[in-house]
Amino acid sequence: MIKIDINKKLHGASGEMNLNVNLEIQEGDFIALSGQSGSGKTTLLRILAGVETAEGNIQIGNDIWQDKKFTLAPQQRRIGFVFQDYALFPNMTVEQNLLFVKKDKVLAKHLLEMTELSELKKRLPNMLSGGQKQRVSLCRALMNRPKLLLMDEPLSALDPEMRTKLQNEILTLHKEFGTTTIMVSHDPSEIYRLASRVVLLELGQIINDGTPKEVLLKTSGSQKFAFEGELLEVIKVDVIYIAIVAIGQQLVEVVMSEGEAKKLTIGQSVRIATKAFAPSITD
Amino acid sequence: MLETLKTLDLTPFILSFKLAGLTTLILFIISLPLAWYLSQTKSKVKPFLEAITALPIVLPPSVLGFYILVTFAYVDLNFTFTGLVIASCFYSLPFMVQPLQGGFETLNKNMLEASYISGKSKLITLLRVALPNIKPALLTALIITFAHTVGEFGVVLMIGGSIPDETKVASIAIYEMVEIMDYGTAHIYSAIMVLISFLVLLSVYIFNHTQKKIGGFH
Repeated sequence: MIKIDINKKLHGASGEMNLNVNLEIQEGDFIALSGQSGSGKTTLLRILAGVETAEGNIQIGNDIWQDKKFTLAPQQRRIGFVFQDYALFPNMTVEQNLLFVKKDKVLAKHLLEMTELSELKKRLPNMLSGGQKQRVSLCRALMNRPKLLLMDEPLSALDPEMRTKLQNEILTLHKEFGTTTIMVSHDPSEIYRLASRVVLLELGQIINDGTPKEVLLKTSGSQKFAFEGELLEVIKVDVIYIAIVAIGQQLVEVVMSEGEAKKLTIGQSVRIATKAFAPSITD
Repeated sequence: MLETLKTLDLTPFILSFKLAGLTTLILFIISLPLAWYLSQTKSKVKPFLEAITALPIVLPPSVLGFYILVTFAYVDLNFTFTGLVIASCFYSLPFMVQPLQGGFETLNKNMLEASYISGKSKLITLLRVALPNIKPALLTALIITFAHTVGEFGVVLMIGGSIPDETKVASIAIYEMVEIMDYGTAHIYSAIMVLISFLVLLSVYIFNHTQKKIGGFH
């Protein structure tokens, strides 16, 4: 069991904010930490890693990492940390990056094989693609067999295809190592695929905590589909109005009445909901 | 002309390089922890330390030389080579500290934290992660400190005097040649200084240029 109860005053973009997190995590769990930027997600990970200070207690199993009198140095926590910007050591090859953490050649070889990096082990990080760098970073984080793996938006800089590939690798590695993991992510599909629990943070407070299904499925009542989009234009055609809305990469037209059209302003964010009786899926 | 070259006394140059080499070595050892501390600290004493470190850049060498002269009188170090080395360390300190500190400050903080989180101490992180990733800044620091010490004149004049084989370095030797109107030797000495300085700077810039091209550092 991992017990986290911390408190820290933050000076964010939106003024002063109190980061107040009280969490209990089962060992081996995969937690997704979500929430708007500036809600304290990264700070929470950094406090857990010991590179930022806060008041409160952190207990991992029987080990105390922090209490009133005492804070364990990051060096002694046995943590794996995957940074959004990879943070690899540019002066070391892929293999040396791993061995720098721990001189365990067998484990390094195994991790590199699992992530299909064996061929690249003699390369320097600046000769790798973003996806390859993040895999090295992930392997490096697992080299000291961490008690807690922390990932700060590890896949947000990658293209969708590489994301899916790496999500699978993260899943495989999590199954094999069983490491308790906390990952910051904004991507619902990523959270759904990887996490067993989602913690939603807003302005430093936990506002929702549950399974991905409970937290992420936004349907209510009889609405089966709901999408957030941006209103681009409202066109008057005879007696009806047509709204052009951008949802993700797609533009859609929605018919509305004059009354509805008058309530909306161009550029605002809108929600489109529809009842779907038999949705079809094609690729 | 050829005769002058053959009989040219090169000891002032050897002395200059010996002085510069020792100063660079000592300053590197002293400046490494200092520059690292300055680059990492958020302490309020940082601006004070930075100002003190930068003082030799703005102070006239005669001021620095005067204080060192007065201090050395108590420990009998005036007009000795050892005294010269110590004085040079004060004089060239900013040229070692500032490039190193600048280099450390450009390093990715996450990278350093990744090393701490991996269980590595600050010392190991400094030596195996930070230092190898600031090679251009490191080279600049070493070369500029060396070159600056070779080019030093005012402080050496005040506390070194001009004792052959002991404190008569190249810059002093040139001054002396001019004083005794031996313009021929002064010309040759000066030309050697210009040539060496140029080559040293050129090598630094070429190295930094190639490093940037291959993206070997941030």
